[in-house]
Amino acid sequence: METERAAPLVFEGVWAGYGTRTVLEDVGFTLRRGALTGLIGPNGSGKSTLIKVALGLLRPWRGRVQVLGMDPAEARERVGYMPQIELVDWDFPLSVAEAVLLGRYGRLRRLRPPSAADQAAVRAALERVGLWHLRDRPIGELSGGQQRRVLLARALARSAELLLLDEPLAGLDIGAQEDLERLLRELADAGSTVLVATHDLHHVAHSYDDVLCLNGRVVAHGRPEVVLTEEVLQQTFGRHLVLLEIGGRTYGLPGG
Amino acid sequence: MERIVEPLQLAFMQRALLAALLIAVVGGVVGTFVVLKGLAFIGDALAHAAFAGVATAYVLGGSIYLGSVLAAVATALAIGFVSRRARVSFDTAIGILFVGAFAFGIMLISASRSYTVDLFSFVFGDVLGVGWEDLRVMAALTVLVLALVALFYREVVFTAYDPTMAEASGVPVTVVQYGQLALLAVATVVAIKVVGIVLVVAMLVTPAATARLLVRRIPHMMAVATLLGALAAVTGLYLSYYLNVASGAAVVLVATGLFLLALLLSPRHGLLAWWWRRRLALRTRAVAPVPAAE
Repeated sequence: METERAAPLVFEGVWAGYGTRTVLEDVGFTLRRGALTGLIGPNGSGKSTLIKVALGLLRPWRGRVQVLGMDPAEARERVGYMPQIELVDWDFPLSVAEAVLLGRYGRLRRLRPPSAADQAAVRAALERVGLWHLRDRPIGELSGGQQRRVLLARALARSAELLLLDEPLAGLDIGAQEDLERLLRELADAGSTVLVATHDLHHVAHSYDDVLCLNGRVVAHGRPEVVLTEEVLQQTFGRHLVLLEIGGRTYGLPGG
Repeated sequence: MERIVEPLQLAFMQRALLAALLIAVVGGVVGTFVVLKGLAFIGDALAHAAFAGVATAYVLGGSIYLGSVLAAVATALAIGFVSRRARVSFDTAIGILFVGAFAFGIMLISASRSYTVDLFSFVFGDVLGVGWEDLRVMAALTVLVLALVALFYREVVFTAYDPTMAEASGVPVTVVQYGQLALLAVATVVAIKVVGIVLVVAMLVTPAATARLLVRRIPHMMAVATLLGALAAVTGLYLSYYLNVASGAAVVLVATGLFLLALLLSPRHGLLAWWWRRRLALRTRAVAPVPAAE
């Protein structure tokens, strides 16, 4: 199939925004297949907007977006998405398995119970994130880390080739962050292309394959060890970045 | 026993009970989404807006049900539209539009100078005046509501729970949200004749809110809310029959009583359970009291 060889996500000269406010200015990049890419930038730099454009939720004003060689709306079934945690109603009376099943939405048949394939996909996704034993638990009774895993499992249940994750680590304690980072690494190693909007520069610098630095426009894109220079970080974060030197190593802490 | 059977031999009581059961079903199913998404205020508003349709139909001589369904659905859609376009909050849009529609109804009636008891039965409800024609319309609307909820169950749940992901998955989120408001409008109209405009929101909210305290899955909530609504309706009607009090008020008060009972006794969310768990926790974790400093 032609799409097998198509790049997972391509932006070419994309301009986008809301109303009259420009957020993305001439954004262009191509994600590498199977890479774990960190999408970094200060708040308001366009990370969520970029993901919305890639999902087809927001139409670019100008430029071209290709997902797996297709239009974003056509590629829907092969893209997994994890929204920011606060966009989801966690008081809603759904079980873990029911929430994950919604990831199969496009394949579910009206007025029919889920097929064996749907159930198998839900099980595989929940086992992947280590939540199968909690499948009947109401989503309102989960910890923050478990909630992210449910959202990740829901994205995986689509058998997605491209995963777009919007700040999956926000608000997690260090242990839960480490667990989730390990999981993301494993998914990329298993062949998924993963784009993670994140403020966790430390993990991006040390364990991600690529980094995409965004500040309205693309400041830099490439391997972290090559790309993450002090100059690039300054251009990306400007005055939002606090550089800390501890024990001979420089750490960048993105501020508000 | 005789006290239970006796009213059943009266045709108007039979019709009243059937009507009350239909309301229990619609209220349980639609009310579940009303409670989960905090739509109680709009439910109340749509019942008031329906009065504009009742008045129009009355003055023009058309079907009162058709009039009220049209008025309620139009108001529901207008509320959705205004809150999206006019940069006012959802609450504000509701407040502006439903009072406007209600005022329109009052103006029409006052201009036609034909205040009648018949019309005001819509304001306070008149379950004992429900005719076979009313029942046929109510049953048809109930079937319509149930069919729509069953057909679009996943879309409604997905949109309510996570609208962003729903949209990214291809659910027409805006259409679903408007449709839900229209459905709510139809549900209020089903109940209006029985409990009246003022009390209708109770049938949409109270049984479902009670069910929320007792069970934790959506289909279970719908079923339990329906049963509780039916229980309230039947008990309320008997009370109304024997105590000779307003039927709508009796039904709503029984539903309110059931809610308070659940609030007290629910095994997970009840006040008693809460008090008991706290006591147990304090006892098991009790340690020797810290000696007071001299």
